[in-house]
Amino acid sequence: MTLFSTIGSYLLLIKGMFTKPENIKMYWKELMHQSVEIGMGSLGIVAVISVFMGAVSAVQTAYQLTNPILPKETIAQIVRDTVILEFAPTLVCIVLAGVIGSKIAGELGNMRVSEQIDALEIMGINTKSYLVAPKILAALITIPLLVVLAMVLGIYGGRLAGSLGGILSTDTYDKGLIENFIPKNVWFALAKAYTFAFIISSVSSYYGYNVKGGALEIGRASTTAVITSCILILFADYILASFLL
Amino acid sequence: MIEIKNVSKSFGDKQILTDISAIMETGKTNLIIGTSGSGKTVLQKCMVALFEVDEGEIIFDGKSLTAMQEEERKELRQQIGMLFQGSALFDSMTVEQNVKFPLDMFTKWPLSKKMERVNDVLERVNLKDTNKKFPAEISGGMKKRVGIARAIVLKPKYLFCDEPNSGLDPQTSILIDKLIHEITKENNITTVINTHDMNSVMEIGENILYLYHGKKEWEGTNKEIIFNKHDKLNEFIFASEFLRDAKDMRMLEEKGIIDNDRNMDDILREGGANLVMEGGDSNKPEE
Repeated sequence: MTLFSTIGSYLLLIKGMFTKPENIKMYWKELMHQSVEIGMGSLGIVAVISVFMGAVSAVQTAYQLTNPILPKETIAQIVRDTVILEFAPTLVCIVLAGVIGSKIAGELGNMRVSEQIDALEIMGINTKSYLVAPKILAALITIPLLVVLAMVLGIYGGRLAGSLGGILSTDTYDKGLIENFIPKNVWFALAKAYTFAFIISSVSSYYGYNVKGGALEIGRASTTAVITSCILILFADYILASFLL
Repeated sequence: MIEIKNVSKSFGDKQILTDISAIMETGKTNLIIGTSGSGKTVLQKCMVALFEVDEGEIIFDGKSLTAMQEEERKELRQQIGMLFQGSALFDSMTVEQNVKFPLDMFTKWPLSKKMERVNDVLERVNLKDTNKKFPAEISGGMKKRVGIARAIVLKPKYLFCDEPNSGLDPQTSILIDKLIHEITKENNITTVINTHDMNSVMEIGENILYLYHGKKEWEGTNKEIIFNKHDKLNEFIFASEFLRDAKDMRMLEEKGIIDNDRNMDDILREGGANLVMEGGDSNKPEE
């Protein structure tokens, strides 16, 4: 029963966002603000994770490929496909669920507890569309961009680790990158990125928006938001892989 | 004028408000008083439609809030200003941005006109040189004043204040009370204040509604409240010995037995306490 009422309440929150904005300029301003907060705020962690993700992937692939018949280019191909198909969209989004999810849930939770949301409601502002919609839109804009960046940096990390560790030369790595490249994989990764962006932002907004109580509940809401987002991301990952690949 | 008609509200099995009817008069500071948990905040939140009433009606100048569609409510809410208990200022905005926010959202004024209005209201609440400060950088009293400035910036017809004095020292509390009272008179606003601050009751209580366990128990003015004979209300208002003594003194004054110029020692020497007992109904609880 609780699960159904939670889903119902979540859907009502999403439905409540679709109303005419009171002032389009203010909504645009909020969207830009959230895009900077979500996008720029996560840039550093995404860059670091991606480079190391690619580097570790290259080193471990080389360690497992002991057969001398297999060309060295295979390492680059495996790194490329692993990064594009799984690491960049899924791993990065799980990290972003922690970074962005807790931030969104904490921010909205604090606004709820300190009656800032009530203050906006009393002014006659639809808080679902003014506070939640820009966050979801900003996540839909910036998270796929971060995922693309993660792909590039992940592949570059593999190249760097390959050459620095003496595993394979940069020329061999570059040659391997363009061999058997399937462009559909990138579209698949982007489909994942959009889905995960929606999950992270909407689930975190839901838990933050509906906080009841005090500071302790804000912390709980953030934790629940991150855990729920992570589980839904993994579930959606499996569903998308089953249907799109 | 705001009319509350037979309003009831419950949360689950818990009945919070039961059949409350009252009138909040225009140009007056209307106070809702009562102990913690008596339903003051719930009643006020029903009045601004943050909570839906289970039964009854809230009528704003002849228009029933209960029967309004969402769009009509939005329009009405633009005529409502509200000061929250914790001020509810937006943490990420400066004082100036907080006050300007309703203007940005609901007007198409040029920036210069908006700034003029912001500076006017900040000056009205006696806040200068705080425009660029963030809420975290100002005191509790200043936050309340910024809250009032934000509430009145759109020149509302109705002003709601939820415990405007909570967490403030007595002097600042009186300043805030007087400010709200003056703003109410200047702009002919219908002001509704939730409070359990006795200074507020005595200073600005032009129309007082006393709630007890979610029911209306008493209604009157700050003049009438001193001489009321309602047991529960008296227990609430004159909770301390000091206030009971103050009440007795006021009664002696009213009856002309003493005047403010006389020395207190003289009055006591003449048996002031007996005069009180003879002169009126003291509400001192039985020993």
